[in-house]
Amino acid sequence: MSSTDVATVKKFLNNPDDLVPESLAGLEAAHSDLLRVDLENQIVVRRGAPTSGKVALVSGGGAGHEPLHGGFVGVGMLDAACPGAVFTSPVPDQMLAATKAVDGGAGVVHIVKNYTGDVLNFRLAAELAEDDGIQVESVLTNDDVAVEDSLYTAGRRGVGVTVLVEKIAGAKAAAGGTLAEVAGIARKVNAQGRSFGVALTSCATPTSGGPIFEIGSNEMEFGVGIHGEPGRRRERVKPAAEIVEQMTTAILGDLDAPSGSNVLAFVNGLGGTPLIELYLVYNDLTKQLERHGLTATRNLVGNYITSLEMAGVSITLLALDEELTMLWDAPVHTPALRWGT
Amino acid sequence: MDAGTVRSWMSASAAAIREQRDYLTQLDAAIGDADHGANMDRGFTAVLEQLDAAEASQPPGKLLLTAGSTLVSTVGGASGPLWGTALRRAGRALGEEVEFDGPQLAAALEAALGGVVELGAAAEGEKTMVDSLAPAVRTLREQLAGGSELGPALAAARAASEEGMRATVPLQATKGRASYLGERSIGHQDPGATSTALIVAALEQAISRGA
Repeated sequence: MSSTDVATVKKFLNNPDDLVPESLAGLEAAHSDLLRVDLENQIVVRRGAPTSGKVALVSGGGAGHEPLHGGFVGVGMLDAACPGAVFTSPVPDQMLAATKAVDGGAGVVHIVKNYTGDVLNFRLAAELAEDDGIQVESVLTNDDVAVEDSLYTAGRRGVGVTVLVEKIAGAKAAAGGTLAEVAGIARKVNAQGRSFGVALTSCATPTSGGPIFEIGSNEMEFGVGIHGEPGRRRERVKPAAEIVEQMTTAILGDLDAPSGSNVLAFVNGLGGTPLIELYLVYNDLTKQLERHGLTATRNLVGNYITSLEMAGVSITLLALDEELTMLWDAPVHTPALRWGT
Repeated sequence: MDAGTVRSWMSASAAAIREQRDYLTQLDAAIGDADHGANMDRGFTAVLEQLDAAEASQPPGKLLLTAGSTLVSTVGGASGPLWGTALRRAGRALGEEVEFDGPQLAAALEAALGGVVELGAAAEGEKTMVDSLAPAVRTLREQLAGGSELGPALAAARAASEEGMRATVPLQATKGRASYLGERSIGHQDPGATSTALIVAALEQAISRGA
């Protein structure tokens, strides 16, 4: 294949294979008050971990979704994160090293996005940790309603709700929750949250160089995942209000949130969409929520679970109650989320 | 067949995957996330390093255990645990034996397939590596039971795995990341079945060269 066949995407790189470790070194340099990076094991660990008696939270997955997960390591959220190569699940060795580094004797919750690779590697890691006498509870996130028929797929993907699970379960652990309680609240957030994503462009992995799928200038992927994997349907781009209406309809068709409910509305950029557009989407979303009799008593707008430089947006709605609201409001201090401290 | 056979199998696998790295990645870009070639290449490169470092006296089963553990520790994604488990199960089946024959090889590959099916919960026809591995194992077993020599039996197994690989093209994926595409996964060859056919072909190559 000649070089003209592949449109290269320009990136800031030294050597494509060193992107993840060099980025982690930068994360540590920028936030050494909050975390440290173990480059040998390729894990990010909260400064001061383990905390004796506190349930620890570990998450991980392919890199390329920053700030997820390393940017959420700190006070009141994750104790450790293990990034794999870009869009590739980390390996059990990393997860085991992270689990051992943060276990304070009260057990460790693994937060796992439902992708076959993540699930298999975390399963092996949990077995190894338990062999070492560490209690592990695995919580699977699978909030993506774009995956319509889970009988014929590997099941719904874990997307936006993962950020909310990490924040809320992190607060529960900081408040002294037991392993069962922290895992329980994490599962509750996953059960009460639903997401839907739309992409306007593809993205390019550092090793492939070019976009990983082709998309026309007037097309969008409706129901896209976060690894650049194409969605279920290709549609023509239309006004944002219509896109947001379709996304909201898909989410509310599957979420138990009757009129009068309070929700957390999370508008997430996939990496290449500017904030000015994300706020426009939030504006359209509030109109849709109003139409359904819902109130966004809490919100989050920004790039939190991304897909490299993909232009696109995901919407996550979480049905709130008093407990979840209180845990959401609890202090958090991480590179990417900070309030109350 | 002995430890040298396992070493040549792994070298031939690593060479084939290195050579087809970009092709595997292209196949994965169509229905996955464009990392299969890079991941498998990283894993088999590490396997060769580990086998080079392993003592010369190690039996074939032990070498396969080392190769499997190395894949689990270096590949990531779904392929790491799946191929890692496959080679570990095959290694365990060979045990401490210094030499193995055709039926022992077939039993080891059957154990490998069993590990993949169990961990991945996939059956034939779901557009996964099982579609290439299962016919290879079945053909090898049947050919040997029918009185074939190992060479022709392995050649038939290799052809069966390649046929299984090509037969994934019209299938709709129901496991793994390609399943999210639904009907749009139809018309593309499965990257996992493709790398599996390369590894089966490498086995035939290693054994026919050694014979």
